[in-house]
Amino acid sequence: MAEEITISGWKKWLEDIGDQVAFFFKFIRNIFSGGFEWAELVRQCYEIGYRSIMLVGITSFIMGVVLIVQLRPTLVTFGAVSMMPQSLSISFVRELGPVIIALICAGKIASSIGAELGSMKVTEQLDAMEVSGANAVQYLAVTRILATTIMVPLLSLIGDVIGLFGGFLAINLRDSISFQLYFHKVIASLGFSDLFPAFVKTIFFGFAIGFIGCYKGFHSNKGTESVGIAANSAVVTASLWIFVIDAISVQVTSLLFYH
Amino acid sequence: MDEVKTNTEQITEAKNGKEVVIALKGLKKSFGKNEVLKDITLEVKRGENVLILGKSGTGKSVTIQCIVGLLTPDGGSLKVFGEEVAQLSDKELKQLRMKFGFLFQSGALYDSMTIRENLAFPLTRVLKLTDQREIDKRIEDVLESVGLLEATDKLPSDLSGGMRKRAGLARTLIINPEIMLYDEPTTCLDPITSREISYLILEIQKKYKTSSIIITHDMECARIAADRILIMDDGKFVAEGSFDELHRSTNKIAASFFKDIL
Repeated sequence: MAEEITISGWKKWLEDIGDQVAFFFKFIRNIFSGGFEWAELVRQCYEIGYRSIMLVGITSFIMGVVLIVQLRPTLVTFGAVSMMPQSLSISFVRELGPVIIALICAGKIASSIGAELGSMKVTEQLDAMEVSGANAVQYLAVTRILATTIMVPLLSLIGDVIGLFGGFLAINLRDSISFQLYFHKVIASLGFSDLFPAFVKTIFFGFAIGFIGCYKGFHSNKGTESVGIAANSAVVTASLWIFVIDAISVQVTSLLFYH
Repeated sequence: MDEVKTNTEQITEAKNGKEVVIALKGLKKSFGKNEVLKDITLEVKRGENVLILGKSGTGKSVTIQCIVGLLTPDGGSLKVFGEEVAQLSDKELKQLRMKFGFLFQSGALYDSMTIRENLAFPLTRVLKLTDQREIDKRIEDVLESVGLLEATDKLPSDLSGGMRKRAGLARTLIINPEIMLYDEPTTCLDPITSREISYLILEIQKKYKTSSIIITHDMECARIAADRILIMDDGKFVAEGSFDELHRSTNKIAASFFKDIL
């Protein structure tokens, strides 16, 4: 009995992977199949990007402040208080900023896409689109996935700047540093090998958030409970993918820039 | 010679309004071990309103979802306008779907769009219309024909159940379908609105010359809108006839539907 359950669990998992691969190719095919939904893409960029700026901004600011507050005692011990801007910029821009902002976006955007498309499935709106001969994947999925792929890197850049500004204010709570000197130190400490990989991985984070949100929404079951399940599993799976992509990008960056 | 004869027969049948637009033969569909459709054989002729009565879970909705390609049958033959649906490519299926109108139980209006945007959606995406004046005219015409002009710029959430059904109907009619599939068009409506929707179905048949399959439990709808009624039970049709014929039928399942009808 237990063996049967294990086999059916594996079968379901493999079917899910197969469905995800098929959905990926459907997405790629629909980007180039003509009749691209530019207006919907712009609307989604506004909904996904612009409406997330406040959340990303506040979180990044707090993260910048907290990181400085946490870093200070250690740096004081080593007599390296003056290294606070550099420490913050490298840790924030290279790793913490992109990952935490992507996780916040997964929570906000992947869940909302999963829930929206899931509820469209439950209320037969996806079927209605399909039956009418309109292309539901092109209208709903392609636009949302491209919007997250474009907007998450931009949100990440905005978050980085706000987080570094938060760090500047936090340093000035206990110590004193001018705005010019702080940002001079921040910029001087960042090189191409810090900025480029960090930016590139946010593109993949954005894609994963949109893709998982759409996949979960399109493949939810037909029941009100399924909407919650789609939203929840979209967040969990997208978050997991963010860590997987991050782990891969660290290895690739390390191979390309530090060896 | 045979082919000429066949074509001539087809033309004659079409002229007499007897051309078969939907033909199901031995259709089967299962979900896991649950065999929902066991042996469905049905012909719908041009301009005919065929109504399927049956208890919940007998496979009525699955039948029309197979017809429109939302579900793939496991066996049997399914022909629409003489073409076997299972053998159609994605592009051909899309072309075929443009000839269908499908009214879902809930209306299935896109809830983030106004009624105008809902109606414009198939015009711009399916018929690829670009002339805004033509789009607006078509929207006004079809909303007028379902008696919903005042709701043009409202959101679906601002409409009553009956109005949502009418709006859903308008959205399917706007592309001038040849076949209408109604999935429980009067469910969750009060008796007066149900009757209005049933008469609207009849009006659509006459005005748009559509052939229709109507899935319902509503006997009033069956009386008003059906040319022919089929009764479905356990994945098969068990009785067929006009409303009056079935009213007099000795078939147990038919009798259970008609027992309260005077």
